[in-house]
Amino acid sequence: MVQTNMYEGMLAETVTIHGANHDVINAYFARPLGAGPFPGMVVIHHAPGWDEWYREATRKFAHYGYAAISPNLYCREGHGTPEDVGAKVRAAGGVPDVHVVGDIEGAMRYLRSLPYINGKVGVFGTCSGGRNAFFLACRVKGFDAAVECWGGRVVMPKEDLTPKQPVAPIDYTKELSCPLLGIFGNEDKSPSPEQVNQHEAELKKHGKNYEFHRYDGAGHGFFYYDRPAYRQEQAVDGWKKIFAFLEKHLSK
Amino acid sequence: MCTMITHQAKINGSGKGKDGWFAVNQVNVSYDHPYHVPLEHALNIDFVNEAEGPGARVAVELTLESARNLVETIHAVLARAQAGGYVEESTKAEG
Repeated sequence: MVQTNMYEGMLAETVTIHGANHDVINAYFARPLGAGPFPGMVVIHHAPGWDEWYREATRKFAHYGYAAISPNLYCREGHGTPEDVGAKVRAAGGVPDVHVVGDIEGAMRYLRSLPYINGKVGVFGTCSGGRNAFFLACRVKGFDAAVECWGGRVVMPKEDLTPKQPVAPIDYTKELSCPLLGIFGNEDKSPSPEQVNQHEAELKKHGKNYEFHRYDGAGHGFFYYDRPAYRQEQAVDGWKKIFAFLEKHLSK
Repeated sequence: MCTMITHQAKINGSGKGKDGWFAVNQVNVSYDHPYHVPLEHALNIDFVNEAEGPGARVAVELTLESARNLVETIHAVLARAQAGGYVEESTKAEG
């Protein structure tokens, strides 16, 4: 917790890392100034793109004492404004899961290579980023905590599977390798409360360490203060739950 | 995006973007999260030219009612042009 008489500083900048296929991709990185050690966080952007909200979220994690990195999962799609690149990806039906896995794993390895990391790395995401936070915690070893905020398409009917997303993340639940925090709005359509129930049932079935918080009066994307979906009370409580969860699993 | 409901069509025409007019050769239509209109989902239309990069895009985000009105209006205008003998089906933009 920040005190009014303490020193506080942060470094935030664009860096490059190696992602899937050893491709060089760009990423936004923020960390507290000082020797550390700091826990690490990989911050996975949502479907609308690698945007301002995600830069702010990355700095928010740094403000709370984490070395945080948000890889640009759309780096291969060309460059422009986040909206223009995001619209291109939207039209293309998203990016392939195989790239997502490699890019996020690359971000995790980047954090683990730094001399001031405390040895613990978590992963956070909202919307499709929430899906991917859960997905990566199942597919890749090396995460110590995962935060999934309203992960749409964790549960996928067969007709929604595509060559880019050939397997529903829920089908990898058995492989989840770290504690999971889930934050959901009960008025959401993707994931719907029924899909969250399925998600939770699968976690229970495999005896996974998880905690879910479901908020009444909130729908999809209720942390986004720049959208009408924002719900102040639920968002404040959700962030509080996130930082308590990360403190518990990543601080030592 | 979260619905992944998207269709593309080849088109032929021009659009006016932030740097002026450019040739558009594809339209991307989706029902998914918009960037600007204050809705969770909207009917999004992007007129693009992918060869010119992600910035070659003319975008609109519409409410469902607006999208349906647009479709009906286009049909009405085309029907009137057809009835008036103004339509040449083979018309294509030059260049």
